[in-house]
Amino acid sequence: MADNAQILAGLAEIVEEVAGVSQDEVTPEKSFVDDLDIDSLSMVEIAVQAEDKFGVKIPDDELANLKTVGDAVNYVANNS
Amino acid sequence: MSTPDVVVTGLGATTPLGGDVEALWDGLLASRSGVRLLEDEWVDKYDLPVRIAAPLAVEPTEVLPRVEARRLDRVEQVALVAARQAWQDAGFGPDGDAEVESERLGVVIGTGVGGAGTLLNMDDALETKGLRKVSPLTVPMLMPNGPAAIVGIDLKARAGVHAPVSACASGAEAIAWAFRMLRAGEADVVVAGGAEACIAAITMAGFAQSRTMSTRNDDPAGASRPWDVDRDGFVLGEGAGCVVLERAEFAQARGARVYAKLAGAGTSSDAHHITAPDPEGTGQARAMQAALRSGNIDPQRVGHVNAHATSTPVGDVTETVAVRKAIGDHPVLTAPKSVIGHMLGAAGAVESIATILSVYHGLIPPTMNLQELDPGVTLDVVRDEPRKMDIDVAINDSFGFGGHNVSLAFAKA
Repeated sequence: MADNAQILAGLAEIVEEVAGVSQDEVTPEKSFVDDLDIDSLSMVEIAVQAEDKFGVKIPDDELANLKTVGDAVNYVANNS
Repeated sequence: MSTPDVVVTGLGATTPLGGDVEALWDGLLASRSGVRLLEDEWVDKYDLPVRIAAPLAVEPTEVLPRVEARRLDRVEQVALVAARQAWQDAGFGPDGDAEVESERLGVVIGTGVGGAGTLLNMDDALETKGLRKVSPLTVPMLMPNGPAAIVGIDLKARAGVHAPVSACASGAEAIAWAFRMLRAGEADVVVAGGAEACIAAITMAGFAQSRTMSTRNDDPAGASRPWDVDRDGFVLGEGAGCVVLERAEFAQARGARVYAKLAGAGTSSDAHHITAPDPEGTGQARAMQAALRSGNIDPQRVGHVNAHATSTPVGDVTETVAVRKAIGDHPVLTAPKSVIGHMLGAAGAVESIATILSVYHGLIPPTMNLQELDPGVTLDVVRDEPRKMDIDVAINDSFGFGGHNVSLAFAKA
C-alpha cells in the first residue's frame, strides 16, 4: 500500500492532468472547489482516474465528502 | 429612434488555408487549395469512395491551453479560436472589456452538426470500456449550442447567446440573427459566426451515400470546381469563422476600425425537398430580395455575389438563376468553396469574411478549377486571378440541407 506522500503525489498528477492545476499547488489543506477552482465535472474525472490509479472505489456519496486534497489522500489510504 | 446601422469591426478564422484571417484571404487570392488526401485509417477500413477533404491547417490544440482544449469538442475549440481572434481584431481586450457592458454583449454561433467527434468517441468508450470511461463533459461537448455557449462564457456575453442550426446556412444565419439583435437594440456588440469539425468516417460515409461529394480522389486540389462542367460534388471542410458586429454609433464612439457595413440580412425557406434546392431558385431569390429590402438597397448597387456554389451538379446553376431573378445580370460572382471546400455550418461565416474583405479591399478572389463554365451560367464569374473592383454592396449567399436560405448584404463603410 502506498504511503500518504505517494498518494498525494499521485493525486497531484491527476489534478494537474484534468484541471491544469500545478502539482505544487495540490497540498493537503487545499479545498478542491474553493482553492483549486475545480468544478463538479472535473471532480468526477479525478475520482475515476484516482480509482484506476489507486485501486479504490469512490462511490458518489463518499466523493461528496472529499472537500480537501487531504480528505482524498486519507480516503485512498484507508480504502486501498 | 431610427434603426441602428450595423458595422463589422473584427474578423477571426481558422480554416483549411491557415490559422488566421490573413492566411484565409491570401490563400483565396492565390487559389491555394486546402483539399488533401486523407490519411486516416478509416478511409481504407470502410473503403470509402471519398478519400479527400479540407482539414484544418492549424490544430486548435496547438493554439489553446491544454486543459482548456481537453474540456472542449473540436467544434468548440475552433469556435473559441476564431472568436478570440475576432474580438482582439476589433480592438477589445483579452478578458472582456470595459468598453462594452456584459449585458450589452451577445454571441450567436451556429453549427451544422455539433460535437460529432465527442458523440462517436464517447459511444466507443461506453461500448468498449463501460460507463466509468464516459466523460462527465460528454453532453456539453456534443450539444450543438456548445460553441456559442463556450464563447459566450469566455467573453462574458450576457445579452443573449444563441446557436442557429440550419445545416450549411448556420454560420450565415448566426450573422443574420446578430444583425436583428443589433437592429432591435438588444445589444451594442454581437460576436457572430459558425463552426464545424466533423471530418469523420460516419459523416464522410453518409455524404458519400447521398452522392453529394466529389470522388476526384486522384486530384484533391482539382476536386472542388463550382460551375465547371466537370464538377461532381462538394469537398468536406472544417474550421470556424467569427465576426464582431456593432451598432455603428457604438463603434464610432470607441473609434473602432470599420471593415464594412452589414446593410441587410434576409432569410427564407424552400419547403421543397430535404436536400435538393427548389430548382427554380425561388426560395434563394426571396432570401436575396429580403436582404436587399431589409437594408433598403437598390439591386443595381450590388456589384458582387460571393456564392454558396458547392460544386454539386444541381445546386450551382440554380443559384445563378436566383441571382438573376433577385438582383439582375450585373453582379460578378465567385465561389470560395473551390479553394476551402465546404465548411458546412462554418461556411457562411468564413465566406462572409471573404465577402467583407472583398468590399474592404475592392478585390474579388478567383473561383479555382473553373476550366469550362457550365453553359447554364450566364453571369460573369471571376476566374484565374483576383479581380480589382470597387464594390458598393456585396451579397453572401448560404443555403442549407432542409431548404434554409440566407443572404447577407455587406456595404462599403
